[in-house]
Amino acid sequence: MGWKFTNTAFNDLFAGLTEDYIILAPKRFVNRGRFSDTDLIRYDEVKKSDDIIWKEKSTFSPKEAVFPVTQTLFYFTEEAFREPQPEEKQYLVFLRPCDINGIRRPDTINLKNGPEPDSYYANLRKRVRFVMIECTESFDNCFCVSMKSNITSDYDMAVRLTDDKVLLEIKNDDFLRYIRSDIPKIEFRPEFVLENKIKVNVPEVDEMPAGVYEHEMWNEYKSRCIACGRCNTTCVTCTCHTTNDIFYDDNSLAGERRRTWASCHVDGFTDMAGGISFRKDNGSRMRFKVLHKIYDYRKRFGEHMCVGCGRCDDNCPEYISYSGCINTLNKVIRETVS
Amino acid sequence: MNKNPLIPKPHKIIGINRETDLESTFRIEMDTAPVMGQFYMVSIPRIGEMPISISGIGQGWIDMTIRNVGKVSQAVHFLDMESTLFLRGPYGNGFCLEEFKGQHLVIAAGGSGIAPVRPIVEYYYNNQHEIDKLDLLFGFKTPDAIMFGKDIKRWKERFKTILTVDDACGIWDGECVGLITGYVKDIKLSEYDRMDVIIIGPPVMIKFTAAEFIKRGVSEERIIVSMERRMSCGLGKCGHCKIGEHYICLDGPVFRYNDAFKMID
Repeated sequence: MGWKFTNTAFNDLFAGLTEDYIILAPKRFVNRGRFSDTDLIRYDEVKKSDDIIWKEKSTFSPKEAVFPVTQTLFYFTEEAFREPQPEEKQYLVFLRPCDINGIRRPDTINLKNGPEPDSYYANLRKRVRFVMIECTESFDNCFCVSMKSNITSDYDMAVRLTDDKVLLEIKNDDFLRYIRSDIPKIEFRPEFVLENKIKVNVPEVDEMPAGVYEHEMWNEYKSRCIACGRCNTTCVTCTCHTTNDIFYDDNSLAGERRRTWASCHVDGFTDMAGGISFRKDNGSRMRFKVLHKIYDYRKRFGEHMCVGCGRCDDNCPEYISYSGCINTLNKVIRETVS
Repeated sequence: MNKNPLIPKPHKIIGINRETDLESTFRIEMDTAPVMGQFYMVSIPRIGEMPISISGIGQGWIDMTIRNVGKVSQAVHFLDMESTLFLRGPYGNGFCLEEFKGQHLVIAAGGSGIAPVRPIVEYYYNNQHEIDKLDLLFGFKTPDAIMFGKDIKRWKERFKTILTVDDACGIWDGECVGLITGYVKDIKLSEYDRMDVIIIGPPVMIKFTAAEFIKRGVSEERIIVSMERRMSCGLGKCGHCKIGEHYICLDGPVFRYNDAFKMID
């Protein structure tokens, strides 16, 4: 079922929604971009629809809505531990189809990998609802169609924005109560992007040929990649994190254990006490990441990890093309196999 | 007690035995028995957490042999008897002793790799009838680095034991000097399906020792290794220990070598 809003009426809808939900959406932070005079677009709380950046891709993914950059696991004082007070807030996140498909990956890792679901993730995730932003045209570096993540039905509402009106589909009846009776009903089903400028040939091999791991194709990244980890932090599917203890300056017996996003590209990711570490050069880190995204994860969970949002390519300060890398890898595999 | 698996539980240290200048074995009160080869996440709040394998299992206690090389392990070495350590676990898959029944088992361990196999040797020391034969091959860097010296002496009475040091440092009165790989040839092998080989140690030691056994005709499927990687959660979430499609904390740390050798970091 669909409804047609004027821009003003849609802002009024937000007023109702914000009473029950914290709305997270792509928002512009002026002059906070990577280069001078550029803006940063990232997820943050919005109070009205005019605050949402509809027509540009966000620099960061909506992952932080379900998986905070830093999270306190518990507070400790000497031998006692206390978990943070459970939150009750409900979240409504505006995001594109690739990101909805993308968040299924952190869901899988945190809820299905291992003996039990991660309780912190589960607790937050069950309070998050999705509003899909219709996405019919590709941005730079997008290759969602190649990754089969351009289409989804996993949302509570979907929205199309035109210059003078907003169309809304509601799939979750819980949201019907926010719709004023004077809002006209219409037939509306969102459309999806069906072609990207960038096409990626994802290798669909059952066993990665051994020669790939040591192939010279990774040498390029040894010097080009500077191990900054931007590709990981902007990726909607990266979930690695590191646990750290901190204690308070004025009382070293009290503190907290926190987990923070980690990056497989950044130095120290594999370091063990005593000096042993793995993947010391940045080329093998690139190989590790790329194979995880398009091979290892599929072997374990049955679908590719990468959803083709292209944020890694948008944000790499060294202009490394991850999509280009997959295409090269595909060629290398074909040559190796034949 | 809290059900959250990330919250560790306090356990009392009931024994500390200094093995070398760097390593000590901590006996920790534990009411549940882990499987040999599993590990615990050991922590000291304020300092951090680290994965440590089990080097002994008894009634109401476990042993953990910890090398003083990192932030947390150094802090552990400052603890006294009756102090509290915080543990969560046990994690990982461990060794399946059922598979070794009636078999000829060879255990090759390098350096601190001897810690996770110590409970196995100890078990067969007391239950020799469960196994056809057990051969031990231990290598340490120097005579000073030898751990469980008394245990090894005792094990020698019942099992063929080769103890070697990479560098004798002029103070070594033992028989063998040189890398562990050089002594694989001294072990008399049994028929293919009647023997199993456990190899634990630093990654390079595992690789080359396995290669020696394979060269002598032992098949990769009969070799079992235990792998060590950085870990933050132990529960398959943090990603630090992932190799290929495997998570060492979930699918390991014990692997058959035909799987392990395909795992490229």
